[in-house]
Amino acid sequence: MDLELTPEQEEFRKIVRAFAEEVVGPRAEAMDRAGALDPVVLDQMAAMGLFGLPFPEEVGGMGADYTTLCLAIEELARVDSSVAITLEAAVGLGAMPIWRYGSAEQHQRWLRPLAAGEQLGAFGLTEPAGGSDAGALATRATLDGDEWVIDGTKALITNAGLDRSGLVTVAAVTGQRPDGRHEITNIIVPTGTPGYRVGRSYAKVGWHASDTRELIFESCRVPVANTLGERGAGLANFLRTLEEGRVAVAALATGLCQGCVDECTRYAREREAFGQPIAAFQAVAFKIADMEVRAHTARLAWQQAAAKLDAGQPFGREAAIAKLYASEAAVTSARDAVQVHGGYGFMEEFPVARFYRDAKVLEIGEGTSEIMRILIARSLGLG
Amino acid sequence: MKILVTVKRVPDTAAEKRLDPADKTLDRESVETILNPVDEYAVEEALRLKEQHGGEVVVLCMGPSSALATVRKALSMGPDAAVHVHDDALHGSCAFNTAKVLQAAIRQVEPDIVLCGSESTDARTSLVPSALAEYLGWPGLTGAKQLEVDGATVRVHRETENGYDVVEADGPAVVSVVKGINEPRYPSFKGIMAAKSKPVTDYTLADLGVDPGEVGTAGATTEVVDFAPRPPRQAGQQVKDPGDGSAAVELAEFLAGHKFI
Repeated sequence: MDLELTPEQEEFRKIVRAFAEEVVGPRAEAMDRAGALDPVVLDQMAAMGLFGLPFPEEVGGMGADYTTLCLAIEELARVDSSVAITLEAAVGLGAMPIWRYGSAEQHQRWLRPLAAGEQLGAFGLTEPAGGSDAGALATRATLDGDEWVIDGTKALITNAGLDRSGLVTVAAVTGQRPDGRHEITNIIVPTGTPGYRVGRSYAKVGWHASDTRELIFESCRVPVANTLGERGAGLANFLRTLEEGRVAVAALATGLCQGCVDECTRYAREREAFGQPIAAFQAVAFKIADMEVRAHTARLAWQQAAAKLDAGQPFGREAAIAKLYASEAAVTSARDAVQVHGGYGFMEEFPVARFYRDAKVLEIGEGTSEIMRILIARSLGLG
Repeated sequence: MKILVTVKRVPDTAAEKRLDPADKTLDRESVETILNPVDEYAVEEALRLKEQHGGEVVVLCMGPSSALATVRKALSMGPDAAVHVHDDALHGSCAFNTAKVLQAAIRQVEPDIVLCGSESTDARTSLVPSALAEYLGWPGLTGAKQLEVDGATVRVHRETENGYDVVEADGPAVVSVVKGINEPRYPSFKGIMAAKSKPVTDYTLADLGVDPGEVGTAGATTEVVDFAPRPPRQAGQQVKDPGDGSAAVELAEFLAGHKFI
């Protein structure tokens, strides 16, 4: 397994880094306060082709791979997790299932505008009464002639309430399997469909500029042609989608870890105490050295999982390890980064305060740390 | 419309630069190199002209063979093709000889307009655009903060201390642009991949019919006679007030002594 990036990927990483530093960074604090992304940022991300990175050119993509997508997510998360999660959710959760499970016709109709970044896609799986227990869905879809009629509520859904939100793929119970368990089917619901309502934004601890909503479906009708993948294949398909998403979230967490290293290195050299820069005190320098170890290790972990994914090899175990390690590393590094900044770290003018709030959710989304441990334990034949 | 943009490989603006003591030229191999920053604005302006008027954008670079990376970087933003002039005899060329060589290459391409960045961050002479216009016998419109092409008419807004001058000429013309004329785009991944296979035409001095004796160190019109590192900064003079306010007098005398007040 070759973990070396190609020269083109290295070049692209530099370009996304420049974009993150020049365009996103200066707006990050204001976007966090406003609780909304600046359209200028999304427009430029679209123009750079970020929303189409892992898709082939025939469907309007950039012809890159999952590793390249993760590079972009990592670089954005170095300065702003809200922007990074918007990209991760739009591509990894919104567009990717349509690419993986959609027909050629669905690719042209639904994927093309998502890959161009003209529209953002969302993935409607989690419900108010269940996240990790994804098999226990309550949202139902019943066939009426050649239409699905959908009823239910989805919770904590990213990217559904923006001006450019184009569609949500809803996981719904469409019947019972011979073994008595739910038959689950994924169905594409375009924004604006009668009976599909987007609820208010949640008041979140972090990721303030990212859009998170409750979605309500009341006798919402869509053509049966909107079925994504086989009827009854919904559970398997979204589990695979989440597995891939874990690699991207690990890259996002790595970016946050790197952001902590960068901010603390700068601050520790400038800030003086007892007549010398605080970087001269080992209590501070060792904290930053440990942050560097976490960022480096987290990067190796996601890059290896992504390399396996791109090579078409099983990557579920590696994705779980990368996601678990990187997200817990991000929480630890963000906490220490605030400590290095002292009282200023508790002030919103300093990015580490935002990093601290943004880090926690990484241990929850795309599978909690507990679920990751279950998966890793199972891979050892335990539990 | 055929639009040509000149680009240059320069040392990273933030890097420590070093001169080679042997021939007093910049040691380009010891530092990370980048596309001259203001040239990105020229490339962007060229792409916008193409978007408005159709046609093609050709990038022109004079520099050693390693400057090909810079050519590809410019191509990744979207131009169609590139011309790369490289020849060992070019080493040490002065600004005028650079313009002479670029002029010879431009005559091969026959563009309708030539766009340049207003200066390079290494030598900072700002001479090349004007010299290029002179050698081509074309109008030279320098320091453009805004550019319009209307049929054969090329019009620029040149920023001045009090506002701006509007300068107009009939094309073909050479236009140098300044930062702020636009917001250069970030290349896409597809752009980076596409740049690898875009046509790059290589020219040597012989191809262009330029006499090697007229360019490079041999034909340079200027010579670096000597160079020395900037002396380390001296510690400043501190004025401490003993508590009676007399430091104010001392400060005033210091400022008056240096004719600041």
